[in-house]
Amino acid sequence: MIGILDYGMGNLFSIYNGLKKVYDRPMLITDDNIASLRTADGVIVPGVGAFDDGIRNLKPFTGELLNIMESGVPVLGICIGMQVLFEESEEGKEKGWGLIPGKVIRLPANVRVPHMGWNNLHLHRHSELLDGITDADYFYFVHSYYCVPRDEDATLASVEYGVELAAVVNKDNVYGVQFHPEKSSKKGLQVLSNFVRICKR
Amino acid sequence: MLAKRIIPCLDCDFGVPMGRVVKGIEFKQIRYAGIPWELAAEYDEQGADELVFLDITASREKRETMAHVIEKTATNVFIPLTVGGGIRGLEDARRVFNAGADKVSVNTAALKNHKLVNELAKRFGSQACMVAIDAKRRYVRSEEEAEKAIKEGREVIDTREGKCWFECSFYGGRKFTGADAIKWAKEVEERGAGEIMLTSMDRDGTKDGFDLELTAAICDRVNIPVIASGGCGLPSHIKDVFTFTDASAALAASIFHYKEYTVREVKQYLNENGVHVRL
Repeated sequence: MIGILDYGMGNLFSIYNGLKKVYDRPMLITDDNIASLRTADGVIVPGVGAFDDGIRNLKPFTGELLNIMESGVPVLGICIGMQVLFEESEEGKEKGWGLIPGKVIRLPANVRVPHMGWNNLHLHRHSELLDGITDADYFYFVHSYYCVPRDEDATLASVEYGVELAAVVNKDNVYGVQFHPEKSSKKGLQVLSNFVRICKR
Repeated sequence: MLAKRIIPCLDCDFGVPMGRVVKGIEFKQIRYAGIPWELAAEYDEQGADELVFLDITASREKRETMAHVIEKTATNVFIPLTVGGGIRGLEDARRVFNAGADKVSVNTAALKNHKLVNELAKRFGSQACMVAIDAKRRYVRSEEEAEKAIKEGREVIDTREGKCWFECSFYGGRKFTGADAIKWAKEVEERGAGEIMLTSMDRDGTKDGFDLELTAAICDRVNIPVIASGGCGLPSHIKDVFTFTDASAALAASIFHYKEYTVREVKQYLNENGVHVRL
C-alpha cells in the first residue's frame, strides 16, 4: 500500500487520482489511521500552502513517518511536502524535518512570484524516479519559495527561473519534487509511476 | 525556461444534465460546443497547459451537475483546472476544490467584498486564488476630462486610440463598478491573489485580438502572473500578446471549440515564431 498523508492542506483529490491512475491501492492516511503507515510500502507527502501550516498540521504524523523512513520506506514530498524535508524556511519560524540538509528561501525579486506554469528540467544525475524523463520534458510548478540543498549531490534535477533552483531532490529513500506531478499530464504520471516502482522494489 | 501557457476556456452551462460547453457571442447568442469533460480531455491530449471552466449557468439548480463535471474531469485530466463564474464566497470555493478544481477565479464577489481575496488566499493558498478582472476602456477626450479622471483616482494611459482608463465590470459584463482596473489589479496582488485573469470587454467575442495596451498596462504594474483574455481569433493574436506584453498565459475559447485550430497547431505556430511553449 502507498499512503498519501491527508493533513488538511491542499487538493488531495488531484494526487489521489493521479496515483490511482498508475497504482491500484493508494490510501489516504488521516489522523484516525496513522498506524497504517507501519504497513506502507511508500508514502507521499502532498501539500500546498504555507511552510509553518504544513509543519504544524503534519505533527501528528511526524513520529510514525520518521520511524518508517528510517527503516527505508520510500517517501516522496511534493511542493510544500518537499520543502518540509529541509531544515528551515524563510517563509516560517517552524523547524523543518532536516532529512535533507539545507534551507528554503524566497524566489528572487526579478521574476514574477509565484513561479507558476510549465518549466523544463535540467537533469543532474540519474535516478529511478526520473526514468524516461529528459531535459525536454515540462512539469507544472507553482511556488514562491525554493529549496537550496547544502549538498549539491542531493539535486537530481534543477529548473531555471530567475535562478537555477532544485526541482527534484533525493537522499537515500527520501525524494522531493518542487513541481506537481499530479498536474503535469503524462510526464507527471510517469514520475508517479516511477515512484510506485521504487516502493515495490 | 518557463513556457508561455495556452489555456482553453470552456464556458459551461451546468443547467443541463452532464453540462454543456457553450460559446456566446458577446454574451448574447449561445451555441453548444460539447460536453465539458470530453472537450477537457481532448485539449489535454492536444497539449493545453491548463483549463478554465467558466460557469455561465442561469439557473440556480446546478451544484450537483457542476461538482459531477469537475470530478469527472479531474479524474481523467491531469493538468491544472480553474473554476470561475458565480463563486460567491469561501463555501462555494470549498465545494469546487473538493470536487477537484485547483484554482478558483473570482470577480463579482471580490469586487463586492475585497476581503474575500485575502480569505481565499489564506484558506486555500495564493496559488489557488485567481482574480478575474473584466476591464472596459473609458476614453477621456480632453485634458479636463483626463485631469478629472486622475483626480478621481483613475490611472489614465496613452493608447493608439487616445487616452483612457479602464473600468472594472462585474455580473458577467452586465454592470459596471466605477472601479479602476489597474488599481484593482495592484490591490488584489497585495491582498494575496496568485494570478490575474484579465479580460478586455472591448475585445471579448470580437476575434480582433487581445487588447495589448490593457494587458501591458497591468503586466507592468503587478508582479504576479497575468492571463490575457478576450478577443483571440487567430494564432497570431497569441503571438502578439506574448511579443508585446509580459503576459504569462493566453486564454482563448472559440478558436479551439469549433476546431478552427487545435491547441497543438497554435503551439507549433508559436514555437516557429519564437515564443517559448511546451510542445
